[in-house]
Amino acid sequence: MTLRFSRKQLIIPYSLFMVLFVVIPLLFIVYYAFTDGSTGGFTFGNFLKFFSNSTSLSTLIISIGIAILTTVVCLLIAYPIAYILARSNFKKKNVLLMLFVLPMWINFVLRINALREFLDLIGLLNKAHLFNTVLGMVYDFLPFMILPLYTTLIKMDKSLIEASADLGGNAFTTFTKVTLPLSLPGIVSGITMVFMPTMTNYVISDTLGLGHITIIGKLIEDCFGSRNDWYLGSAIALVLLFIIFISMLFTGGFKDEENGARGAGIW
Amino acid sequence: MVKKAIKYAILAFGLLFIYTPIFLLVVFSFTPAITLGSWEGFSFDLYVQLFNNAKIMGIVKDTVLLALFASVISTILGTIGAIGIFYSKKKAAAAANVMTRIPVINAEIVTAISLALIFAAVALQRTYFSLLIGHVVITLPFVVLSVIPKLKQMDGNLYEAALDLGATPSRALFKVVLPEILPGIMAGFMLAVTLSLDDYIVTAFTKPTGFDTISTYVYNSIKVPQHSALPQLRALSAIIFLIIVVVVIVLNTVNKKQKKFKEIND
Repeated sequence: MTLRFSRKQLIIPYSLFMVLFVVIPLLFIVYYAFTDGSTGGFTFGNFLKFFSNSTSLSTLIISIGIAILTTVVCLLIAYPIAYILARSNFKKKNVLLMLFVLPMWINFVLRINALREFLDLIGLLNKAHLFNTVLGMVYDFLPFMILPLYTTLIKMDKSLIEASADLGGNAFTTFTKVTLPLSLPGIVSGITMVFMPTMTNYVISDTLGLGHITIIGKLIEDCFGSRNDWYLGSAIALVLLFIIFISMLFTGGFKDEENGARGAGIW
Repeated sequence: MVKKAIKYAILAFGLLFIYTPIFLLVVFSFTPAITLGSWEGFSFDLYVQLFNNAKIMGIVKDTVLLALFASVISTILGTIGAIGIFYSKKKAAAAANVMTRIPVINAEIVTAISLALIFAAVALQRTYFSLLIGHVVITLPFVVLSVIPKLKQMDGNLYEAALDLGATPSRALFKVVLPEILPGIMAGFMLAVTLSLDDYIVTAFTKPTGFDTISTYVYNSIKVPQHSALPQLRALSAIIFLIIVVVVIVLNTVNKKQKKFKEIND
């Protein structure tokens, strides 16, 4: 082979693809968000339309509420599981962890359908729309919380805990003063992997909330579907991008390269 | 003792939560009843119906093919890109890294509509090409993110040594760098396949009308009350679950063996 190239030139095809299909499409959203659908001129009208409408505002609030609730519940379930797994002397720790994250590989629509059939069987499907939606979100995203927590907890230096005990700390103090702060990176990356998708995964809220629960993702989908208002849809998408940006500033999601990747490291 | 019991109880509760719906679905895939919960005797009826359902079989084939096409493209483009980023100057690498992170951080619905907008601007019809691009966009960053850590772990002198020994740059890349980062490439490929198979939102916004993946087909079937295909989907879920269990177990044993082999050789 007499291919002559420099190694850094290899960045070109990749960057070209990303500019063409990631950056430019985002600029399209910005353009549409600030464009008046009827006149084609510049406007803030789409944002006004969104923020002055009580239905869409309540959708935004409900989405954030569902996302917070899901994230908290996921954390409360995932933390003890990850903690026990990481600390235990089980010989087959890896197998157990595998059992907990295995569902990640099953198509999520099929998994949600399984939960829907189960809720139908126990007679809950038609009764508790909000509960079912949150349950579905927790069901879908739990592995994404367990995995980063387990990874940080297993890496933790165990002698620190012994040191805390030697210095007179009881189990509770040791947990709150040593283990919890040290597992913070895992908690943060778990939150990033659960919070944002929960705000927008309308497949779950549609399937389990039976159309009674509208989240922000559904609102955008409607704008591109039945409501046919791409301008408003793009404006809402920009609002969403803004929320993502803010939450990234809080969680430092821009910094961590390895943990931030959804599901990276599971193979 | 009590502590241990509590530990087991928590783990058991977690597993019960995760597996009860799946387990029920598998059990009731062996009875022909329409609604889940009524047992009408053991049979393989649903499986026979599923395999005779040309539509679902076609959709399964299309879904797998799409995942493979998209993942192969992502893996090639992503590996080349990762090597490029790794050897680029700081500014160029930083710019590429920012672009890599956009689809990872971004909400899927935003990625989906952004693609819908540009395809609408270029051509009115969504095609298989737009769908393929959509899947490459959501999988490509993960390939890059899987390969870059392997490049960082690699001994930088290896490439130089190959050049000193008379290898051309491209030969050094293929014979020295590529084998070193192969585990990252494989992991990226597997991740890409999983993400593509799992996707609903980007698929829904980029697919041509009439084309369905498992995700879009199941989602649309659920919305129709008493859809005739729903019981068959139980059988499909059971099969997919079985395949995944087998694949995960096989990959894990292979991984362990490789690790042991490496330990012995080191």
